[in-house]
This record gives sequence, structure tokens and C-alpha cells, in this order.
Amino acid sequence: MEGDIAQFGQFIGAGLAAIGSGLAAIGVGSVAANYLSGALRNPSAAASQTATLFIGLAFAEALGIFSFLVALLLMFAV
Amino acid sequence: MATETVAVVDGHVEEAGGLEFHPFDQFEIKPLFGEIGDPVSWYTISNATFWMALAALSVILLLVIGTRGRAVIPSRVQSAAELVYGFVYKMVEDVTGKEGLKYFPWIMTLFLFILFSNYLGLLPMAFTPTSHIAVTAVLALGVFISVTVIGFMKNGMAFLGLFWMKEAPLFLRPVIAIIEVISYFVRPVSHSIRLAGNLVAGHAMIKVFAGFAAIAAISPLSVVAITAIYGLEVLVAGIQAYVFTILTCIYLKDALHPSH
Repeated sequence: MEGDIAQFGQFIGAGLAAIGSGLAAIGVGSVAANYLSGALRNPSAAASQTATLFIGLAFAEALGIFSFLVALLLMFAV
Repeated sequence: MATETVAVVDGHVEEAGGLEFHPFDQFEIKPLFGEIGDPVSWYTISNATFWMALAALSVILLLVIGTRGRAVIPSRVQSAAELVYGFVYKMVEDVTGKEGLKYFPWIMTLFLFILFSNYLGLLPMAFTPTSHIAVTAVLALGVFISVTVIGFMKNGMAFLGLFWMKEAPLFLRPVIAIIEVISYFVRPVSHSIRLAGNLVAGHAMIKVFAGFAAIAAISPLSVVAITAIYGLEVLVAGIQAYVFTILTCIYLKDALHPSH
């Protein structure tokens, strides 16, 4: 495999950025887990909080999407 | 299996062998009529404009033709239209309150356009307009600009109270104000990239596994994986349309009631 040092750096950087996606997965899991544990304690309040759940999921997920985007930019745009 | 995966990764780099197609080919904008290499101008009818028009047409079909009968016992299409209407109406009312209902048609339009773009994009060989940041950025910038204008029109200069926390200790307020201003201007960025990024990631993942299906040893596994991911994508398409809409509602609520 031949390639210059810039391409090497691109691949290393894209791989490092992919770690960010994995860390965002921890955040998304934490949001869902805490919602579920709260919902099982008080099921009557669960339905009114689903909107909050999805907003929390979206905010946690967005940062993972950002690092995915950085990986894509490194692979295809730089 | 590990060696085969390495071979596929090599194929990415050297553009020889490995995957039959690139996972990002599906996001390419092509003119609908004429040669493949033709330039795409703003007036060219491309696959993006075609699928956006199809999404708009489906919304019209659902809401105008579907509810034409006005039956007391609704048909299937009519009850679907009524369900969507009721769902978005309740969401706007819950989040923004009564005065937000004035902007309900705008939010309903956003929700249905994004929902139908997402779902039509899941058809095989289809193009997903919402996977392009250019499309979602226009939607998000429209939300951002109109929400800011609504905020200043409704509250005047009191709208700036959104950035000036009265509850915080006095010496912390300037710091919080700077953070609030930054987070306010990052809103359209995250609003648009969240939608486009989710769809790009999902569609690219399906195509990556479709590339693995060409390798005989793991093709049954990858067909199962494609089916599972497709199911996940159906879920994501709905949830992302919902998230985009409910964030619009929250931004609208901030504009209508800036004093936290």
C-alpha cells in the first residue's frame, strides 16, 4: 500500500473521529436508560415525557453525527 | 472474514475490486433529462427536485384528495390525514401554547415535507432530498430567521431577555449571556446537520452492507443485516422528522415567551 503522509493522517483522523460517534452512543444510551428507569418507577408520568426523551436523544445524538461528519469530510472532502 | 473486510477497505482506497459501487453514489445530484455529465444549474430538473416535488405531491394527495370525501366514518386515507393533523396540532399546542397555534400551518408543512422526503427516500433506487445539507440548511435557516423575526416583532427589545438570565447571580450573567448567544447562533447548524447526518449515515450504512453482499461467504449475513438496518431506518426517518418539528416548536416557544 503506497500513500503519502497526508493520506495516512486522513485515515488516522477519520478513525479518531469515529470514536466520537461511539461516545455519543454512550450518551444516547444514558438518556434512554434514565428515561426507562424513571418511567418504570412512575408509569403514569411516562407518556407526558416522551417529547423530552426524544429531544434529549436528539441533542445527544447530534454530537455523534458531528464527529461522523468530520470523519466523512476527512475521507472524501480533504 | 477479517481478511475479506481488509480487501474491501483496500478497494475503497485503490478504486479497484472490492465494492461494486461507492456507498455515496446514491447522494449524487444528476440532471433528470439529458446526459450524465451535464452541468447542474439552479433551474435544472435534477433527481433532487424530482423527489422533492414528489414529496410535495404526496402531501397534497394525502391532505386534499384524501379528505375530499369528508365522511363521518373516515376512509383509511382520510383517517391517516386526520391522525397526522391531530398529532402535529397537539404537539404545537403542548409545546408553544395557545398563541403558537397561529404558526401551526408552517410547522405542519415542515413536518409533512420532511416526513415524506424521508420515507420516499427509503424506496429502492430513490433519492433522499433531506440527506443534503443544502436542503436541510434552507429549512433550518428559514426556521431560524422567521423565529428571530417573530421574537422581535412580538416582544420588541424584550426578546433580548432570552440571553440575559434574571435568575442567575449578577456577576455570572455576562458569561451566561455570551454562552446563550453562541448557542442561539449554533441552532441552525445543529438543526440542519442532525437531520441530514442521520439520513446520510443510515443510507450509507445500507449501501455498505449491500456491498458486502457481493462476497459469497458473508452475503446471507449481510442480507439479514440490510433488512434489520432498513427497519431501523424506517424508525429513524419518522423520529428525525418529529425531532426537527418539535425543535422548531421549542424555538418558537422561546420567541413567544423569551423570559424563560
